[in-house]
Amino acid sequence: MPFAHQLLNPALVVALVSGLSACSATGTGDSEFYDPLEPTNRAIHQFNKGLDVIILDPASRAYDAVLPEPVEDMVSNAASNLGEPSDAVNRLLQGDVEGLLVSVGRFGINSVLGIAGLFDPATGLGIPARPTDFGETLHVWGVGEGAYVELPLLGPSTARDAVGRVVDVLTDPVAILVGPPEIDYVLVTRTLDTADKRHRYSFVVDGILYESADSYAAARTAYLQNRRASLKGEVDESDIEDPFEFQ
Amino acid sequence: MNPILKTRLNSSDVNRRGLLALSGAAAALSLIGSRAFAMSIAQAEALIFEVTQEVQSVINSGKSESAMISDFERIFDRYANVQAIAATVLGPPWRSASSSDKSAYVASFKGYLSRKYGKRFREFQNAKIEVTNSKDFGRKGIFVQSTVATPIYAPFPVEWHVVERSGRLEFFDLSIEGVKLISTERTEVRALLNSNGGSVGKLAQALSRLG
Repeated sequence: MPFAHQLLNPALVVALVSGLSACSATGTGDSEFYDPLEPTNRAIHQFNKGLDVIILDPASRAYDAVLPEPVEDMVSNAASNLGEPSDAVNRLLQGDVEGLLVSVGRFGINSVLGIAGLFDPATGLGIPARPTDFGETLHVWGVGEGAYVELPLLGPSTARDAVGRVVDVLTDPVAILVGPPEIDYVLVTRTLDTADKRHRYSFVVDGILYESADSYAAARTAYLQNRRASLKGEVDESDIEDPFEFQ
Repeated sequence: MNPILKTRLNSSDVNRRGLLALSGAAAALSLIGSRAFAMSIAQAEALIFEVTQEVQSVINSGKSESAMISDFERIFDRYANVQAIAATVLGPPWRSASSSDKSAYVASFKGYLSRKYGKRFREFQNAKIEVTNSKDFGRKGIFVQSTVATPIYAPFPVEWHVVERSGRLEFFDLSIEGVKLISTERTEVRALLNSNGGSVGKLAQALSRLG
């Protein structure tokens, strides 16, 4: 892939994350985005869309056709449970004690009462999941989102969140502490969960990828707005449209 | 993540707060006399309860998809200022468009939105909506924050942007998991405008074939 070199050039990534943090920290407005790699991103988007057509979408349909819904829920619960240790580390790094207790508590409750995470009794006990990642940790530390990027296989992201994904993979306590053969079950669970999510959110994914005039731009708008809203936590005046600007 | 304007609200799901909001709205309406009208949070919440109940009755009507879509178009017309939404979505090109292009665009935009979101009704069958909080942004309107739970999705946040225009409350925008309807459609409409050489008239024709 000719664009891989450009995307993975470390100097460029560092420049995008650090140099642009100031401009993007305030750039939480509506449709604002910084997309200097747009031509490359668009090529990756076409590649990802092709993969969805030939692999992920058919695999997710097959997955849904083969497994009964309660089993699908178990896979989804197990994958979510396996994410709790990494979430706990990130909450610690964020200085978010409440979030840390949520992750530790959920992992304990769901691993024991929920039979290795197959069920989610913690949510029923009033402790719903609050997933996080190292991208959010960087956000808490004051790093701006930087440039928008679409990652091969992984889809929409930003320079900051892409760095976060790499750090999350390298520091995942589950991957570090669990050896063979159990690590295979972890990988299988996470792979099946990808198929499960693709199916669960098929209305949304299909709407963006196959029913929009410009699926690249549609994915970018959806990702950035969703991510910014989730990191910000609450709505303020800069987030809402001016109803009188064009009237 | 795509914004959708469909929820189902059983009468039993109207929580205490909703009933309070409705009675608050009735009380507030009775106070309107010669005084300048200023929307209250209770009134904005009451409007959202009303809209979601109307949409729910359409979903439960058992009508065909096309009949539901035309019902939805009527609801959209009654509770929203479609022209204001369409103009905001189009942005600066709205100002320079001719009046015939503007009206053609608004008409196609209304049909397009109703078809696009109306088709996704079934995603929101048996959904329950609970108003959790509301924020007043003065002139820019009120954001009614709610949580929607459906059998297929985990509970997710939906925010409704209600605006007061010439003394009348109207629905203006909708945000699902932080993704706003106006922004989503702006991305779409801009892409279509570009592919139609920047012509608002051709954009209107393209929209009438979509959704």
